[in-house]
Amino acid sequence: MMTRNADNETSQPGAWEVEGSPNFARSGGVGADDVFKWLVYIAAFAVPTVLVALFILLVIDSWEALSRFGLGFVTSSNWDNVKEQFGTLPYIYGTVVTSLLALLIATPVGVGAAIFVTEYAPRPLRVPVSFTIELLAAIPSIIFGLWGFFALTPLMRSTVEPFMKSVVGPLPVVGSLFQGPSVGKDLFTGGVILSIMILPTIVSISREVLLAVPTMQREGMLALGATRWEAIREAVIPYARVGIAGAAILGLARALGETMAVTMVIGNSSRKITGSLLTPGYTMASAIANQFTEADNPLYFSAIVGVAALLLVVSAIVNVAARLMIWQISRGGAKGGNRG
Amino acid sequence: MADTGTLSFKVSPVSPLAPDGRYLARKFYGRFMAGMITVAALVGVSVLWLILGYVIVRGAPAINLDFFTQRPLPYGEVGGGIAPSITGTLLILVVAAVIGVPVGLGCGIYLAEYGRGTIVEVIRFCSDLVAGLPSIVVGVFVWALLVRQVVGNFSGLAGAVSLSIIMIPIIVRTVEAVLLLVPYTLREAALALGVPKWRMVISVVLPSARAGIITGLVLSVARAGGETAPLLLTTLGNQFFSWNLLEPVGAIPIQLYNYAVAPYPDWHTKAWGAAFVLISVIGILSTLARVATRGNNR
Repeated sequence: MMTRNADNETSQPGAWEVEGSPNFARSGGVGADDVFKWLVYIAAFAVPTVLVALFILLVIDSWEALSRFGLGFVTSSNWDNVKEQFGTLPYIYGTVVTSLLALLIATPVGVGAAIFVTEYAPRPLRVPVSFTIELLAAIPSIIFGLWGFFALTPLMRSTVEPFMKSVVGPLPVVGSLFQGPSVGKDLFTGGVILSIMILPTIVSISREVLLAVPTMQREGMLALGATRWEAIREAVIPYARVGIAGAAILGLARALGETMAVTMVIGNSSRKITGSLLTPGYTMASAIANQFTEADNPLYFSAIVGVAALLLVVSAIVNVAARLMIWQISRGGAKGGNRG
Repeated sequence: MADTGTLSFKVSPVSPLAPDGRYLARKFYGRFMAGMITVAALVGVSVLWLILGYVIVRGAPAINLDFFTQRPLPYGEVGGGIAPSITGTLLILVVAAVIGVPVGLGCGIYLAEYGRGTIVEVIRFCSDLVAGLPSIVVGVFVWALLVRQVVGNFSGLAGAVSLSIIMIPIIVRTVEAVLLLVPYTLREAALALGVPKWRMVISVVLPSARAGIITGLVLSVARAGGETAPLLLTTLGNQFFSWNLLEPVGAIPIQLYNYAVAPYPDWHTKAWGAAFVLISVIGILSTLARVATRGNNR
């Protein structure tokens, strides 16, 4: 009786004793079991196959440019499709500068928000605050771009950039970062929009890492007479250090490959490398998005695929590094407790 | 008694808890940092509302019936909408799901039910790497492979393939996670009844993880629906209705981009309108995914 119920959906009307055995026989023969197993195996191996195929294809298609320019492909700053000279240094520079700037802005804000959620916020606020920030991750890149294009860029041009120029500009070293006219569409704005986009990554992972810190750590410190902030600084943050660094690097990985939002606010005009953040520039991703339609000759095409291959390698390295760090903290939480 | 007296004398002549100047400074510093941290959280929360507010306020005026039923018109003509992009996005997403869901589902089932040893780690690692790929790199891959070689022109199919590559790792991760939540006793009960393994997976494991799987699928569609960079490189967009997968097909994000970078204020309003539509659809899908999870056994 029990057997019948369990098998009810598909069983043909018939005596229950007979029902079990043909099933058994069917599975033993040519084997629906084997067919299903192989289908699942094929699906599983499709994933690494796509990854390998992607890598190989990008290398093959970029080989012409890579072999022709050699190291010059990454060290030359001359990108001229008319004279067929392809050096990607300005794109690499733009990507590095905007991503680091994004990290510089988003890490303190993101970790601060995560600390607020885990340490300071009254209980009813915790979930809404972290949920709201994590919703940012669901907004498509193009909408950040649209907002950056029409709302952020004018604000940067009229207010933020003149302010930075007057306050930071006269300072000795960092001052050189804020020279030249405020154009709005430049590396600075690119970094700011990226910092908003990587914020949810940093908040959600830092929050998880901070939640993994044992309460004893905090209580011990508080019992010694520490203030709340001292307990966080001396006992909580050191414990979560590696994981927070991992969160920041995962944010960096997202920033490196971001395309549409950056493309819409970074200017896409100047190919010169200047020290100032107020220069329009390119990132690797925005260069691809802007130029792929023009890639009419094979060398130009190959150079653009080369930029993509470069981006692939860099982002894969950064991703793996971040995952290793987060994995370390979630695996060996106890080990991370030793402060040093 | 004597002991404690000696000890406290050695450490400090004054109790550390006495409210002297240093204590007040520490207390003030603690308050200050709490304030800074609250500000950080406020910044994080307000940025979302700022962006959503812009999209709603500037996008709502563009929304009318024509916006959903008309095709984009050349500049100067009044009206027009984004209908070909809506149908195009639907077409591309359906094809992407047809490619991506079986692969993602199969891979997730493999990881949770069939895989053994290091190979599981390797495949999981590969899936995570694919998830971390910049979407533009996926676009370049499909562009170099399908657009420039196999098909020969920009096409809806190429767009669907690129979106399926973006969907697969999301599906894999959620499916594996929810399948691992299914209690082992259920599997054992099924196997003890003489059910072959494939029937156990299909009729016992998958149904009991149904809500979680649906959540993963919906989230992957929501994510793919907003992707722009890979579509730009693969389908290029289309102002006209097209159901031919081997031809360029329109998509909402591309239409949004084209409207936004054009110099006409009317088109900018339409760009915000498209953003409004896109964000509403993604919001609805995400809410559905959340509701589906909540209704489940958890």
